[in-house]
Amino acid sequence: MSLDASIQLTIGPLNLEMQVTIDEGEVVALLGPNGAGKTTLLRAVAGLVPFRSGHVRLDGKVLEDTATGEYVPTERRPIGFVFQDYLLFPHLSVLENVAFGLRSRGTSRQAAVEIAMRWLDRVGLKSYAGSKPAELSGGQRQRVALARALAPDPRLLLLDEPLAALDVTTRADVRRDLKRHLDSFEGIRLVVTHDPIEAVALADRLIVMENGRLVQSGTPAEVTERPRSQYVADLVGVNLLRGEADHGSVKLASGPVLAAAGAELGEVFAVVHPRAIAIHRTHPEGSPRNVWSGRASSIELLGNRVRVRIDGEVPLVAEVTPAALKELNLVEGGEVWLSFKATDVAVYPA
Amino acid sequence: MRSRLSLVIVAAAFLAACGSSGGTAASSPSPTPLSGSISVFAAASLTASFNALGASFQTAHPGVTSKFNYAGSPTLVTQIEQGGPADVFASADTTNMDKLTTDGFTVGSSSVFAHNQLEIVVAPGNPKGITGLADLAKPGVIYITEAPTVPAGKYSLQALASAGVKVTPKSLETSVTGVISKIETGDADAGIVYTTDVSAAGSKVSGVQIPANNVIATYPIVVVKGTTNSVVANVFITYVLSASGQSTLQSFGFLAAS
Amino acid sequence: MRRERVPIVVLVLAAIGAAFFIVPLLGLIVRSPWRDAVTALTAPETVEALKLSLFASLSATAAGLVLGVPLAWLYARVEFPGRNLLRALTTLPMVLPPVVGGIALLLAFGRRGLVGSWLDSTFGITLPFTTAGVVMAETFVAMPFLILTVEAGLRSMDRRYEEAARTLGASRWRVFTRVTLPLIGPSLFAGAVLCWARALGEFGATITFAGNFPGVTQTMPLAVYLLLETNQEASYILSLVLLLVSLVVLVGLRDRWLGSA
Repeated sequence: MSLDASIQLTIGPLNLEMQVTIDEGEVVALLGPNGAGKTTLLRAVAGLVPFRSGHVRLDGKVLEDTATGEYVPTERRPIGFVFQDYLLFPHLSVLENVAFGLRSRGTSRQAAVEIAMRWLDRVGLKSYAGSKPAELSGGQRQRVALARALAPDPRLLLLDEPLAALDVTTRADVRRDLKRHLDSFEGIRLVVTHDPIEAVALADRLIVMENGRLVQSGTPAEVTERPRSQYVADLVGVNLLRGEADHGSVKLASGPVLAAAGAELGEVFAVVHPRAIAIHRTHPEGSPRNVWSGRASSIELLGNRVRVRIDGEVPLVAEVTPAALKELNLVEGGEVWLSFKATDVAVYPA
Repeated sequence: MRSRLSLVIVAAAFLAACGSSGGTAASSPSPTPLSGSISVFAAASLTASFNALGASFQTAHPGVTSKFNYAGSPTLVTQIEQGGPADVFASADTTNMDKLTTDGFTVGSSSVFAHNQLEIVVAPGNPKGITGLADLAKPGVIYITEAPTVPAGKYSLQALASAGVKVTPKSLETSVTGVISKIETGDADAGIVYTTDVSAAGSKVSGVQIPANNVIATYPIVVVKGTTNSVVANVFITYVLSASGQSTLQSFGFLAAS
Repeated sequence: MRRERVPIVVLVLAAIGAAFFIVPLLGLIVRSPWRDAVTALTAPETVEALKLSLFASLSATAAGLVLGVPLAWLYARVEFPGRNLLRALTTLPMVLPPVVGGIALLLAFGRRGLVGSWLDSTFGITLPFTTAGVVMAETFVAMPFLILTVEAGLRSMDRRYEEAARTLGASRWRVFTRVTLPLIGPSLFAGAVLCWARALGEFGATITFAGNFPGVTQTMPLAVYLLLETNQEASYILSLVLLLVSLVVLVGLRDRWLGSA
């Protein structure tokens, strides 16, 4: 089983050009900022959005192909879709909602009810079978939406920000449940999310999208350890720089040269963790090869750490303890010096 | 404003064409020119004739505005009794006039100003070959008439009864106008209206006379109680009863008052 | 529980507005000859007119639903050239004087009308003077109300529910009957009731197109009109009947109206 999609389309300011291939047994998360086109891509795969050129093939069967003009309408695609707002039919009971897909595809009323009840049992909502969606909590509705999408036994499961509508406290629990259900589903699973925790928790592979294009693809570990875009860097919380490597140094586009152990040759990304950066009020002495001056533009207290954003030749974010900050007597706008070792700079090809 | 001007022009041309031959009603000039306005509520069958009367009345009395409201006589009675602003009421039968009088809405006694007769109205050329009342009952003929509360409707029932003809109309219209328009559109084959209606409709219809078993309709006219201009109202009625008014009425097919 | 005070201006104007509708009703109730009410109501012509009115208005509503819902769907969902013009044409009867509507119907479906003459010569069918003609006249003037209400309902519903249904394998027909129609239920119902009420009260187009004959084409409004000339007080009673029937339905409707999504 596999999904092979190549989609090019334009909607308003969004220019989407993506290729997605998902193999049997994979859970793939589409990660990216708002407006990246993640939901649009998902809907295009479902056949809800027309595209300018491209194709969608599921298990080798063509669902859509602009080259040949083939198009299988959404209702005939073996897909299950969990919408961000769940979209449970308000006029039907929970049971009728879950049975809807089965009944639509011709299953007899009796059989549909049986299967639907089994699914409700699996998601732990059997006693709510006769209730209306409005009577359920957000987390319960999410489970019904999932059961509804899975009941007709689809080959491809599409989830659009499945946890976004939940408050933070419920989210963790529901995420665990969702992972459990996703793991037991045998088909292809494609999840759209803007929450990196969600992406990492649920998926085997991440596809990072920005402005309708692929930015990075890989396992959660690969992506977080080697971010290739500011977006991911920000998500992970590291400093990302880009420049030309030359045996131990990296020349940034803006001019300054970083000392980076392990830098060979060619275009590279350089990552420095905020923890590795030391802040001084005066020009520091000592072994660190990277010393830069700058001005503290913002100071943020986050629990037991302080994040200081420093503008200067090499703009970076540094992380220190509150005690250290006090000792430095640093306020916003204050002049500082940064230092970090060459060995704290991780370098990899761009 | 514009309609009044064109009316004056038409009347002036009319007078110029007629010249000074024949005595006109306005030959004796009134001492002081009349002014004001009157509202005349007249039976539907008087539409064309009273419009003409109104026009020449206007010419004779340029300071007066006359407005005309045409409908089935019973409708007009209802309107007047509910407060309709009528100065003069001209009915198509004595029954409705009597009702208005009994209910106390008239001033003085009414005067008969015209008579009318019934006539069968058919499509131009009489395609269904109607020759008399008996033919109205022929199969394939769609016959309509006025509701029995309308004088023409009452009279048509009387005429049919005295001729011994049994026929069920397909519709009971609220006025002769309703009957005429359905004949004109071709949705009905025959109806019973007044001779005046047939001549007023001109080439759009044809008529079949009813020599025997006809009913003479009597048209009375009266000043309405609560009139705002009884002087002009009375002058108007006098005009209708005058030789000039009568000849106008007869030119439309009405029979003389006496 | 603290209640917010209604501004005086609103109260006064609303009271005047309410009185405008209540006083005429009171007038009818007070002036009706209650002693003769039973005679007036059980008179055969009255019963006939009432039966005919109910039959015709319900038929007109059914016709309005069958023809109006597809039109409303087209207007709300499909972009096509001339849509605005077509919508204007099919809702024109709302602003047209009813008699004008009746004349137009005669010229189209009368015995010598555009379509009517063909009907007559081919099938021998004539529509004026028939109950079918009454239903046509009432449908003509009342359907626009249904079309507009249903169109508004379709436009305001969340179409993503339809998408959700499609992802679950529902055919377009199934989406329409199982999802769309239930979701616009309140609008559909309100539109049908408005249509029915308008059809029940129709006079001008009916008498012009279908004529007036007891039992066949004489609906309640026509009966009341004619009765006004012979037996005024009986006409009050009949008017009251019409008013009360409509009132009962409208009162029953109110909650569902407001409950629309």
